Amino acid sequence: MIDRKVVAGAVAVVAAAVLAPFLSSYPLTLLTQVAIMAVLAMSLDVLLGYTGLPSLGHAAYFGVAAYAVGILSTERQAGFGTCFVVAIVLAGIAAAVFGLVAIRATGTYFLMITLALGMVVWGLAFRWVSMTKGDNGIAGVPRPDAGLPWNLGAPLPFFYFALAAAVLAWIALGILARSPFGLTLKGIRESESRMRALGYNVWLHKYLAFVIAGVFAGFAGVFWAYYNGFVSPVDVQLVTSVETLLMVALGGPGTLAGPALGAAVIVFLKNFVSVYTKRWLLILGAVYIGVILFAPRGVLGAFRSSHR
Amino acid sequence: MSAVRLIAVAVLLAFAVPLAAPPTAPAQSAPIKIGFLAPLTGPFAQIGKDMVNGNNLYLAEIGGQVAGRKIEIIVEDDEGNPATALNKSRKLVDQDKVAILTGGMLANVGYALQPYIDAQKIPSTFPVIAADDLTQRKPAKWIVRTGWATSQPMHPFGEWVLKNTKYRRIAAIGMDYAFGYEIIGGFQQVFEEGGGQIVQRIWAPLNTNDFAPFLAQIRRDADAVLALFTGRLALQFVKQYQEAGLKDKLPLLGGGTLTDETVLPQMGDEAIGLITALHYSQALDNPTNAKFSKAFEASAGKIASYYSEATYTNARWIVEAIKAAGGKVEDRDAMLAALRKVDLKDTARGPLKVDDFGNPIQNVYIRKVERVGGKLQNTVIATYPSVGQFWKYKPDEYMKRPLYSRDYPPCKHCQ
Repeated sequence: MIDRKVVAGAVAVVAAAVLAPFLSSYPLTLLTQVAIMAVLAMSLDVLLGYTGLPSLGHAAYFGVAAYAVGILSTERQAGFGTCFVVAIVLAGIAAAVFGLVAIRATGTYFLMITLALGMVVWGLAFRWVSMTKGDNGIAGVPRPDAGLPWNLGAPLPFFYFALAAAVLAWIALGILARSPFGLTLKGIRESESRMRALGYNVWLHKYLAFVIAGVFAGFAGVFWAYYNGFVSPVDVQLVTSVETLLMVALGGPGTLAGPALGAAVIVFLKNFVSVYTKRWLLILGAVYIGVILFAPRGVLGAFRSSHR
Repeated sequence: MSAVRLIAVAVLLAFAVPLAAPPTAPAQSAPIKIGFLAPLTGPFAQIGKDMVNGNNLYLAEIGGQVAGRKIEIIVEDDEGNPATALNKSRKLVDQDKVAILTGGMLANVGYALQPYIDAQKIPSTFPVIAADDLTQRKPAKWIVRTGWATSQPMHPFGEWVLKNTKYRRIAAIGMDYAFGYEIIGGFQQVFEEGGGQIVQRIWAPLNTNDFAPFLAQIRRDADAVLALFTGRLALQFVKQYQEAGLKDKLPLLGGGTLTDETVLPQMGDEAIGLITALHYSQALDNPTNAKFSKAFEASAGKIASYYSEATYTNARWIVEAIKAAGGKVEDRDAMLAALRKVDLKDTARGPLKVDDFGNPIQNVYIRKVERVGGKLQNTVIATYPSVGQFWKYKPDEYMKRPLYSRDYPPCKHCQ
């Protein structure tokens, strides 16, 4: 069962990689966006799907990394390596600090605390104008020169770059999920008190999951900044966090491939349906409601249980 | 249950089908395609609608064609979100192969699009986006602004207040973002150079629900108050300003959006007497504006505002440029040159041409809210002709100063 999910994901990745050269540049940029958003959704899945912690502030780490790339590459002309490392470390630090505050709470209180912490980062992005240029955002982030023989400014090489990154993140998170650590997280999701009774350090496991999720959200943020060439408070705002949460819920929490699928569905729904109708938000809303009513464990979850 | 699940999945797949359809456009077809971005969902949807209506009104007037070619407008919703605007621009440029890109409303959308537009070398115009630096310290080669720069009307307004009123000590309150800083900053620059003093600056968050705490802070020893709000905040601020009993003690001045025609019809007597500055007023007395505002009201069912005038005039601007280029929109360099060379003597807002940086040189109107025939309007009480974005300063000296911001110009007379 698990193998089938991995195979399906691998087939999707290979299909995208093979088809990419035949696509015109617009669908290609959308696929790139799917790859980046898939990493963000998978990182949230570590919290929501595996540990059972619904975070409403996940855009914070995504945004911290994106801002780090934006500021370093425009003000300091820093290369890809520096930006990448600094951005990921900063996202990790942000998650480590916020985790100290947030992990104390559970359920609705966890939602509200992460929401508030997310707003703190948004506030910084909006108000710390000397650093972030405020509402205007940071424009002109150059595409990276990662020491590769291809020009990442063109859509196709950048797509492969983002796809490779997404696959790496998927593998890393997949290993994590199947490791004893990942299994402990699932145990915590099912019953925190039982895990505590068994002698596990529940707080530490949750805290580490929180930091790991933040680091991978930062990983996605790095590519997002390069992809758009632009960073603004919009990337950090609540809507981004909520959308990520919906990607996970739509695709199926606790499956990694599911949130990636959810990311793909949402990116394409947003960009294609809105071309045909101004009422696309209504359709998006109908899809959300449909999934929650008929497939509460997400699209992939629905498939999995019907195959059981 | 599994049948229901299948339906849910089928619904999802139905939305995935459009992906499979190959997005191929005919390589070279007769119509001229113009991509138009506007916020059609979200808090700015009403303004987005005005923008689309203004644009369509002009194109309908000319029968939808120019230089023997049909004009095809492709409208995309940018949600007022820079990332979405970038996505939609990519779609318009890569997939629809538009010859010209236009529209957009918010400053951050403008800053996000600028590098993309310059990299793609796609002739573009910004009818509404007003962020100062887009045509100043970071001028875009491929963008011609047909609207305005934020601080442009505020420079002459500073001078007007000095010359025509006794107000020398003014307290300023504005929205806490770049648009607010540039409006208040532009006024402060000229006003303080002429001997006036800004004695207080209050920045209110964009999500303010109650102005009472801010109104309580306003210094009662000032001569007047300068305010800048848009949309809902403008309505609420002006109302609460009167309710707090401030209107009779401290006359209210404002940036143009405080009383623009998207909010004015919903205001009451509390707005009467407010003086603001902008490059347009629906009450402007000239033949083009009379024709435009009548036609707009008839077709859109609401009063014309500077947003609809902006896209109406912008459409005319683009059409004139296409005419000048002989309809050959595919020659991008020629098209850009033509866009920069348009010179209109009789738009609804008066004469209009652009400077070397791509920003309009146009009239700035000092307007006073009056009730005429039962309706509120922005009566023009003074006109500053041919105002550029640098006012009376030399462009290079002007641009050596920092962009107007929360901290610039410094508030020397604040306590």
